[in-house]
Amino acid sequence: MNPDPQTQTRQPQPLDLASIRSDFPYLAQELNGFPLAYLDSGATAQRPVQVLDAERAFLAHANAAVHRGASTLVGTSTTAFEGARATVAAFVGAGEREIVWAENATDAINIVALGMADAAAGLGGPEADVFRLGVGDEIVVTEAEHHADLIPWQRLAAKTGATLRFVAVHDDGTWNADDAASVIGPKTRLVAFAHVSNVTGHIAPVTDVVELAHRHGALVLLDACQSVPHRPTDFAALGVDFAAFSAHKMLGPNGIGVLYGREHLLDALPPARTGGSTITTVTMESAQFLPSPQRFEAGTQPVSQAVALAEAVRYLERLDMRRVHEHEVELAALLVDEVSRIPGIRLVGSGAGVERGALASVDVPGVHAHDVGQFLDSRGIAVRVGHHCAQPLHRRLGLRATTRASAYVYTTADEVRRFTAALAEVRAFFGADA
Amino acid sequence: MSDLSGLYQELILDHSKRRVGDGALADPQASHHELNPTCGDEITLGIRLDASGTTVEALGWEGDGCSISMASASALTELVVGSDTSHVRELIDGFRAMLRSQGAGEPDEDLLGDAIAFHGVSKYVMRVKCAMLSWVALEACLVEAGAGATTAARATDASASTPSQEA
Repeated sequence: MNPDPQTQTRQPQPLDLASIRSDFPYLAQELNGFPLAYLDSGATAQRPVQVLDAERAFLAHANAAVHRGASTLVGTSTTAFEGARATVAAFVGAGEREIVWAENATDAINIVALGMADAAAGLGGPEADVFRLGVGDEIVVTEAEHHADLIPWQRLAAKTGATLRFVAVHDDGTWNADDAASVIGPKTRLVAFAHVSNVTGHIAPVTDVVELAHRHGALVLLDACQSVPHRPTDFAALGVDFAAFSAHKMLGPNGIGVLYGREHLLDALPPARTGGSTITTVTMESAQFLPSPQRFEAGTQPVSQAVALAEAVRYLERLDMRRVHEHEVELAALLVDEVSRIPGIRLVGSGAGVERGALASVDVPGVHAHDVGQFLDSRGIAVRVGHHCAQPLHRRLGLRATTRASAYVYTTADEVRRFTAALAEVRAFFGADA
Repeated sequence: MSDLSGLYQELILDHSKRRVGDGALADPQASHHELNPTCGDEITLGIRLDASGTTVEALGWEGDGCSISMASASALTELVVGSDTSHVRELIDGFRAMLRSQGAGEPDEDLLGDAIAFHGVSKYVMRVKCAMLSWVALEACLVEAGAGATTAARATDASASTPSQEA
């Protein structure tokens, strides 16, 4: 019964899409008289019954005040809550104390940015020196960042006097390690960027940037919202100092996100939000804080959401993230190939032959993205329209808004083809060819 | 597809290309910028009243947005230029009521004229803001020009930044 060692290195078997889709009641519905083609998982993914059932089962039978009191019931709920943390930690190559629950990925990034501002304001001991920014220091982000990975750093720069600098993107919205190297230098204290762009699908050269940043003594924060749900991701192997991702983009619930941080850094980062359950000793004048993760988890926590997120992780592990990745590589190639065949449509990001996340943002000249999205909606195809929380990138590309199709574990090639077939009709409908 | 043609009436598609009033007004008496932050659509609309201050003498707008928002600004221009400000306030109230109807009822064609083509938009809650963009800017211009507020007028230009407000 021992597995043949060779089978472990072979290409993974493709996903069983019919079986997967039967787990998602949402996908079985119609939209405007057509079978729903849900191509908006980059914004929020749908949840399988296993995840919905796990949250309900926890609430029905195991819910109690986590980390508060000493009863049997509290023991049960605390075990489930911390067990969820262990499950998520193992999924991303982290230790349990390196996983902090946040409201969402945006909140996770803010925990770091606000904590760094607190350090600059004098909070935290000498161990927080690594976070203390001031005049002459530089924070580096790319022009392609989601607003969630831009505005917190704008605020941190404004509070500390540090300078915010930008890795310029090329005309297709992508950037490479050389571009990063032209901005990262001895003054750099923090580099923040998306692992996979939510607009272009561009995959960042993470290890190159980490090596470069660390050589200059800078910290690295990775926005992993579009990578953790879609490809095997090991933060320890990537070498990043911090990372953020959201549960609702990986088959899990809203209301919970994850901050990953290397243990010694989390233990030194001042907690921006304080209160109950973050402390060791409190006097009327001051408080001592627990180590990570409890130092950051002030007040009651999203317990059933954590349990449901762990179930989502187990669901993905059963599918095997290597197979999920292979599936999405195929869909991404199909998206790029099919979109590229449509005359007069501009695809944002790299063309064929370059791996990207399984999403495609397009501009239809002469037709606003809202109108494109409305046309697709009338054909039962759900996409995202707008600037995708990346106004600076759109401005850099000379665009105001784009139409984005994004795929996930349950997305079929047929759905991608329905999207591109409808997209090919848009300009004629709105008379943009006239 | 019948639903889609209910939304994109010929008149709307036509107005989205003709764009009556497109172009900044020289020496506006009042001007107002509205932005829809969810999609980046924006419009700057300016008006000038006649000497008595009771009639909209001229109106011009510059905008960038979807066909619904641009067609709405165009249709608004045709209806408003030359009209008494009290009638314009009625128009705005009527247009807003129609867009909040979620497809219910019959719009007042005597009052709204061609603008009844936007009745179909009211069924698409995510598009109501698109149609309201220029009307909210016009409403703010009337207040700024001292021509009075509509019954539903708000003190600020926050309408476009609150997604549910026009829904």
